[in-house]
Amino acid sequence: MTAKVMTGAKMVVQALKDQGVEVVFGYPGGAVLPIYDEIFQQNDIRHILVRHEQGAVHMAEGYARSTGKVGVALVTSGPGATNAVTGLTDALMDSIPIIVLSGQVPTFMIGTDGFQEADTVGITRPCTKMNWLVKETEKLSDTIHQAFHVAKSGRPGPVLVDIPKDVQFATGPYTAPEKARGSHYQPRVKGDTEAITRMVELMETAERPLFYTGGGVINSGKGASQLLREFVEATGFPITSTLMGLGAYPASGKAWLGMLGMHGLYEANLAMHGCDLMINVGARFDDRITGRVADFSPKSKKVHIDIDPSSINKVIRVDVPILGDVGHILEDALKIWKARGRKVNKDGLAKWWKQINEWRAVNCLSYTPSEKTIKPQYALQRLEALTKGMDRYITTEVGQHQMWAAQFLGFEEPNRWMTSGGLGTMGYGIPASIGVQVAHPEALVINVAGEASWLMNMQEMGTAMQFRAPVKQFIMNNERLGMVRQWQELLHGERYSHSWSESLPDFVKLAEAFGCKGLKVSDPGDLDDAIMEMIRYDGPVIFDCLIEKHENCFPMIPSGKPHNEMLLSADADAFKSGAVLV
Amino acid sequence: MSALKIKKGSTSHSAYDLRDHHSEVEASHTLAVIVENEPGVLARVIGLFSGRGYNIDSLTVAEVDHTGHRSRITVVTRGTPAVIDQIEAQLSRMVPVHAVHDLTAEGPSVQRELALFKVVGKGDQRIEALRLCEIFRAKVVDTSLESFIFELTGTPDKIDAFADLMRPLGLKEIARTGVAALSRGF
Repeated sequence: MTAKVMTGAKMVVQALKDQGVEVVFGYPGGAVLPIYDEIFQQNDIRHILVRHEQGAVHMAEGYARSTGKVGVALVTSGPGATNAVTGLTDALMDSIPIIVLSGQVPTFMIGTDGFQEADTVGITRPCTKMNWLVKETEKLSDTIHQAFHVAKSGRPGPVLVDIPKDVQFATGPYTAPEKARGSHYQPRVKGDTEAITRMVELMETAERPLFYTGGGVINSGKGASQLLREFVEATGFPITSTLMGLGAYPASGKAWLGMLGMHGLYEANLAMHGCDLMINVGARFDDRITGRVADFSPKSKKVHIDIDPSSINKVIRVDVPILGDVGHILEDALKIWKARGRKVNKDGLAKWWKQINEWRAVNCLSYTPSEKTIKPQYALQRLEALTKGMDRYITTEVGQHQMWAAQFLGFEEPNRWMTSGGLGTMGYGIPASIGVQVAHPEALVINVAGEASWLMNMQEMGTAMQFRAPVKQFIMNNERLGMVRQWQELLHGERYSHSWSESLPDFVKLAEAFGCKGLKVSDPGDLDDAIMEMIRYDGPVIFDCLIEKHENCFPMIPSGKPHNEMLLSADADAFKSGAVLV
Repeated sequence: MSALKIKKGSTSHSAYDLRDHHSEVEASHTLAVIVENEPGVLARVIGLFSGRGYNIDSLTVAEVDHTGHRSRITVVTRGTPAVIDQIEAQLSRMVPVHAVHDLTAEGPSVQRELALFKVVGKGDQRIEALRLCEIFRAKVVDTSLESFIFELTGTPDKIDAFADLMRPLGLKEIARTGVAALSRGF
C-alpha cells in the first residue's frame, strides 16, 4: 500500500491523532495558520486556546504530569516560540514529556529577519531534549513520530518541532507511526544484575538504611510506585522523597518520613545525614536536597538508580550506580532480595526506627497558632482535612506556599502533585491546573498559590472560563514575595528590598471580571465554610486567603549548610537545641 | 533579628554552596564523538561545552560515513577525572550522539594535526626557515621570492615547536586544523 499524500498541515494533525493525542494547548498566528485550518476541519483532537504561549506549555506539562502521557502545545513563530522557552526549560529540569510544535517563516525566508522570524531551534536547543527544523514535507510526519519517541523514552523531556509555513502548505507522503524510521535512541531500561545484587547485599546488612526517592519513580509509571511500596513494606526501611517524587509512596504509609531538602522535615533530613545506606531511586542529588556537598550524608554507602548516565556521580560520588528504569530495576531487586531469603538487619532497623521516632517527636512542622490571623500552615491543614479522600489534584506556584503545600498536604497516589521543582517557575500553577483539569474533567483540581506568582499568568483564568475548567485557585495572600522576604530577613539584614506586593488587585472583583467566583477570607473562623464553598462551586474559583504576612517557612536548611544544621524556627535557641540531636 | 550568625562583611550571602576548588589534577583528554550528521548537531555539542562550563582546547568535525550519515567530532578537553566522566556522560545521552570514546583513557592513540605556516623573509632568514622545514619534514606548498607556506602534520606539540622556531624567522600567519585521532590497534 502506498503512503497517503497530504499537506504538511494535515500531516501534523494526522500524526498527532496516530500518536493518540486527544488535546492540544495552543495559540494561533501567521506561521501556523495552515495547521489551525486543519484543526478547524476535524473533531478528534480538542484544541484549548490559551491566553499566552507560556500558559500553553505549562498546561501541556500539567496534562503530562497528571496522566503520564505526552503533552502537546502548538505555537506560532517568533514571539510564540520565544514565549514557550520558560515552559520548555521547566519541563527539561523536571523531566516532563511534552512536544511543542512551532510555526516558522517559509524556508526561503529563513535568515532574512522576516516578520515574526526567530531562530527557534537555536534558541530552544539548550532547553529541549531534542529539537528539529523540518525543511521538507516528506520528513514531517516521520519527525513528529521521532519527537514522541524521544520525549517519552529514557529520561523524559521536552522536544520541539519547528515547521516552516511552506512545509505546511506543500504535499508529501504521510508516514504512519509503525512505518517511521527506527530510532537509534533506545536508552537502556534493564539494570545490571551484578549492581542490583550488590545493592541487595548492602540492604541485607545495613543498620540505618533509607530510601530517598524522586521524580524518576513517577516518570517510570504507576507500576514503579507499586513496586516501591511493596519493597518499602517488605523491608521496613524508612522512606523520604524529593519535592518531585511526592505521592510515589503514600503520605499515610508508616515508613513515610515526609519530604527532605531545604524545607524538608527534620526527621527526613536527619535520617539522610545519619543513614549508613542511602538508596536513591530516581532522584538527582539536587542542591536543594544535598545542602553542603562536602558534609552530605558522610557515613553512608550510596546506591543510585537513574536512567540518565549523566546524573550518576554528577554531584555526589556513589558507591553503587545502577543505570536503567526505576520500575525494571525495582522489580529485579525485589526478586533477588526475595530469592536470597528476604534478609534485613532487624536489630539495626529497630534501633534506627527508635532514633527516627525521637526525631519525629520534635514535631518540626509545629507553628504558633493564631485566632486572629490565618496562619498559612493552618490554611493548608484545613484544605487537607476538607479535601482528603476526594479525587484531588494539586498544582502550585513557587515560593513559601509551595513548600508549605509539600509539607502539609498528603499525597496517596503518584501523578497527583504538579509543581515546578528544578526551574522554580513562578506562574506555573494556574496553567498547570488547567492542563490537569482538562485531562481529568471530573476531578477537584486546586492550585495552591501565592498572590505574586499567581499574577504572573493570571490571564489564563480566561482559558479556564472558556473551556469550563473548574479549577480552584487557592491564593495564600500575604502581600509579600514571601520566600524572598524570608531570605532577606534571615540573610540580608532585614532589608526588604522590593519584596512586597503593592497595588494588588481586588481578587473577588477580578473573579467577577473573569466571570467566575471570588471568595475572600481573613478570619480563621470563616475558613472552613469558605473552603467548602470553593469546593462545591461548579466552576473556577479565585480564593483570596489573607494569611499572616510575616510567617517564615521552617524547617529550613540555609544554603551551603549540611542537613544537621537545619533551622527549626527563627529562634536561635531552638536552632541550637535542634542541632544537638545529631 | 537574624537567626543566622553571618560575619559582618562576609560575602557568603549566596544561595549556593561556594565550593572549594579541589586540588584534583586536571588532565587533557581527547574524545571522539560519533554523531548523526544532521543540521545543528555541532551546535548542540558545542552548546553543551559552553553551557556547562567545560573547556574546548581543540575541535574538528567532518562527515566520515556518507551513507550512514555519521560525522566524527574530535574534541580535546581538559578537566579533573570527575569532569571528564561528566562530559562523557553528558555527550553520550544526547539524542544524535551514537558513541563517545575517551581516546586518552581507552589506551594508546595516534593524534595528528595539520598546520599551514606563512613565513615572510629574505636572505639568511629564508634559508634558515627552509632548513628547519626539512628537519621537521614539513612541505613547501607555496612560495614567492619573499615568502613560503609550509605544511606540517604532526602532534600538536610538534606544531607548537615548529611555530616557535618560525616566529623569529618571519612567521606571519598560522592555520591549524585541530586534532584528528584514532586509537591504536583494533
